[in-house]
Amino acid sequence: MKLDRRKDLLGLRDLEREEIELILDTAVPMKDIIKRDIKKVPALRGKAMVTVFYEPSTRTRTSFEIAGKYLSADTVNLAVSTSSVQKGESLRDTIKTIEVMGFDLMVMRHSMSGTPHYVARNTKMRVINAGDGANEHPTQALLDMYTIRERKGTLEGLKVAIVGDILHSRVARSNIYGLGKFGCEIRVVGPSTLMPPEVEKLSVKAYYSLEEAFADVDVINVLRIQRERQQSGLFPSLEEYANLYMVTPESLKKAKKDVLVLHPGPMNRGVEISSEIADGSKAVIDEQVTNGVAVRMALLFLMMGGSKSEIVA
Amino acid sequence: MELREKNVIMDEVAIKRALTRIAHEIIEKNKGVEDVAIVGIRRRGGPLAQRLANRIEEIEGVKIPVGVLDITLYRDDLTTLGLQPQVHRTEVYFDINDLNIVLVDDVLYTGRTVRSAMDALMDLGRPRCIQLAVLVDRGHRELPIKADFVGKNVPTSKREIISVLVKEIDGEEKVVIQETVDR
Repeated sequence: MKLDRRKDLLGLRDLEREEIELILDTAVPMKDIIKRDIKKVPALRGKAMVTVFYEPSTRTRTSFEIAGKYLSADTVNLAVSTSSVQKGESLRDTIKTIEVMGFDLMVMRHSMSGTPHYVARNTKMRVINAGDGANEHPTQALLDMYTIRERKGTLEGLKVAIVGDILHSRVARSNIYGLGKFGCEIRVVGPSTLMPPEVEKLSVKAYYSLEEAFADVDVINVLRIQRERQQSGLFPSLEEYANLYMVTPESLKKAKKDVLVLHPGPMNRGVEISSEIADGSKAVIDEQVTNGVAVRMALLFLMMGGSKSEIVA
Repeated sequence: MELREKNVIMDEVAIKRALTRIAHEIIEKNKGVEDVAIVGIRRRGGPLAQRLANRIEEIEGVKIPVGVLDITLYRDDLTTLGLQPQVHRTEVYFDINDLNIVLVDDVLYTGRTVRSAMDALMDLGRPRCIQLAVLVDRGHRELPIKADFVGKNVPTSKREIISVLVKEIDGEEKVVIQETVDR
């Protein structure tokens, strides 16, 4: 398998289907560990990893950190807001400083697309992209795929609708790349101002009404309206958005009876998703969080477990 | 390097007889099987554990818990292996606290697998004791580990490889001794 020969995980676009399958398969026994009384295995004893987040995060950063700890790696978080970054240290110097402390792997989030790729080229550490701008968020898509596969038994041929701000969403992009490798029919739906131009080139079908997009779907992945990335004027108001695009029991009428509703969190209740759906039986939002830890454990093990001499950049 | 088959050291009948004897020994040593559970080490310890449990049920009329342990995450050679081994599930779906656990593996060699398995087991609870049953003990221990139940003791050289084939995985049933030949 190629995965343990890769130095970095920067996006699902470059991964092969078999590599994604290996990660998802490895996450199954990892999930068992999370449910045990003794939630620790010695697999990554003596390895060190650091999380560096230039953007806020609750679940992704915590999830990576606890995933590392469950595997016995030493995990450290660099709090960017209280670090020398605030004194004007350049990204490259910060990374170099971290590298020479002996870390084996770095998990990075940055608001600018391509930053983890730049870092990966300039360090010996392995790099996992935990979200770069509007480009990719590979581990989110992997945990979405794990959740879908666990519930549906397979990914093959499912109809998946991704709803909301497609334009700014790295979650959407990683899901499109990942699910596309499993023959899913992917639909994207949202206001035309939040739809990337030429979105069809990603092999998806664009819809502008929930009713049409949800007809006969197996899975709905609801994106967060990213208030921090909205320029003015893309839609009139949150109320207006909610009127047309909030996922509600009403909007699910034409979906399959056993449709799954996913949301990467944090949710804006009453904007992109109604509380009835978020807290209802079709939602698997808490399950996604648990699965996120399992998938990240799998990834950390596959990337950090082997011998260094085998790494081919 | 190439492998050459030197000898078949156990056939289907011999394996069956050895497992039957071990089943009796397990019952004898534990004075019954009230608190006994059997846990096989993946992969070939799994089917062997199931068979021991079946044999014990035939003899004693009692169904005892059976599980399978995946020790990949406990191996001591993870940092030296080139390729990452595939991790599988540990399937021990009963409470191991205060039970006499019989660990089962096909071949006992360096003892490192058994060491890993004991650590993995301890992370699932606190058994009253752990015993070890193996189909073949080939010597060359690198750790202070000894089997309680042995199907067959086979003196070997380190150049030799002992392969246990079981129906459930390999489609046939035998123990063969192979030798690495330099080409």
